[in-house]
Amino acid sequence: MCLAVPGRLTDIWGEGLERTGRADFGGVVREVNLAFVPDAVVYDYVIVHVGVAIARLDEAAAARTFETLNAAGITE
Amino acid sequence: MRYSDEFRAPDAVAHLAKAIGETVTRSWSIMEVCGGQTHAIMRFGLDQLLPEGVKLLHGPGCPVCVTPAAVLDKAVEIAGEPGVVFCTFADMLPVPATTGTLEEMKASGADVRPVYSPLDAVRIASQEPDREVVFFAVGFETTAPANALAVRLAHDQGLRNFSVLVAQVLVPPALEALLAEPDHLIDGFLAAGHVCTVMGTSAYEPISATRHVPIVATGFEPVDILAGVLAAVRQLEAGEARVENVYERAVAAAGNMSARQLIEQVFTQVDRDWRGLGRIPASGLALRPEFKAFDAEHRFGPVDGHEPAGSQCIAGLVLQGKARPDDCPAFGRECTPQHPLGVTMVSSEGACAAYHLYRKWEGAAV
Repeated sequence: MCLAVPGRLTDIWGEGLERTGRADFGGVVREVNLAFVPDAVVYDYVIVHVGVAIARLDEAAAARTFETLNAAGITE
Repeated sequence: MRYSDEFRAPDAVAHLAKAIGETVTRSWSIMEVCGGQTHAIMRFGLDQLLPEGVKLLHGPGCPVCVTPAAVLDKAVEIAGEPGVVFCTFADMLPVPATTGTLEEMKASGADVRPVYSPLDAVRIASQEPDREVVFFAVGFETTAPANALAVRLAHDQGLRNFSVLVAQVLVPPALEALLAEPDHLIDGFLAAGHVCTVMGTSAYEPISATRHVPIVATGFEPVDILAGVLAAVRQLEAGEARVENVYERAVAAAGNMSARQLIEQVFTQVDRDWRGLGRIPASGLALRPEFKAFDAEHRFGPVDGHEPAGSQCIAGLVLQGKARPDDCPAFGRECTPQHPLGVTMVSSEGACAAYHLYRKWEGAAV
């Protein structure tokens, strides 16, 4: 139940605790609740646990991970 | 960015492993506390890329494994009540209670339904008003937002036929309990990334400071896990102990504020029993009195009873990082996923199941 993969939002409807959307997990499309990611928009990647999005992935932060590794000479 | 392939790139993995090798001068044991990370470590063979001195210990990171038998007994009992639809994550179906499994209940005619989300159970309750729908709310902080949301939606929709059997547990008190053991072997922790996504990292600050252990919020891909190990061994080699976040793309220091607010509104912190670890103060969640009407223990009676004495199984030691699955004489022989002796082999997220799935031939050859 804890395994979570990022899914890309394809559409969004509803509001408040019933804010809902569809996310594409590498070809598998599922309905997900978006109550806890109020700032997520279509094309964003979200982390979904048991049907509920718990985070919108931060692309700048993801890029920073590789910049840090590059700066440390760890990746090339 | 697709957030998967980039974090599995073989050259980045190899370079991180090399950097870890160049950093360590002594032996260190790092514990991950997440079944998802344990599986990734086994699946990608990450432990085999580490230098001799760096050991990965697998902590109590599988919610299925730490749910006590007494709670499972209650689940089986409720599932057998007439008129009940018992909804559960499929992982819980094969886990043995002292009185059998939910799977056996289902086979003998009880209406046990595996669901993907607690919100599915709310939907069933609204569609089948003449049935009593109970959801088995197990899990760590990662499932707490969904479980809180299910209760709140059922409340808002005025559903009278929905309740939850709560067995929510919290990671930071478990880390404290592990470190309080005089013979623990833990030098540092990889904190489970998605637990931190929900709750943030502040709860780890006092643990890291008072126990002097590095705690690194870490993701689930090979690059994430090795970056977490590297951050931990760098701190250890420098004599430092801080909370660090190498899973920045999904973890903010404060966590997910709207999820935390709803968890706080619906749940309160209580003492909980952990299978293999015993009772840990303030290590779980229970419904607040305002939501008592949705508490399955209120409707069907409280969970009662204690952990049965252990068998041949060393799951308790495995969950504390004091033994590896393949240290067990029964591993891969008397104990397999088809004939498990303990929960760490039953659950697909358990450490023994991960070793068996990815290392069975080595184990068999010993």
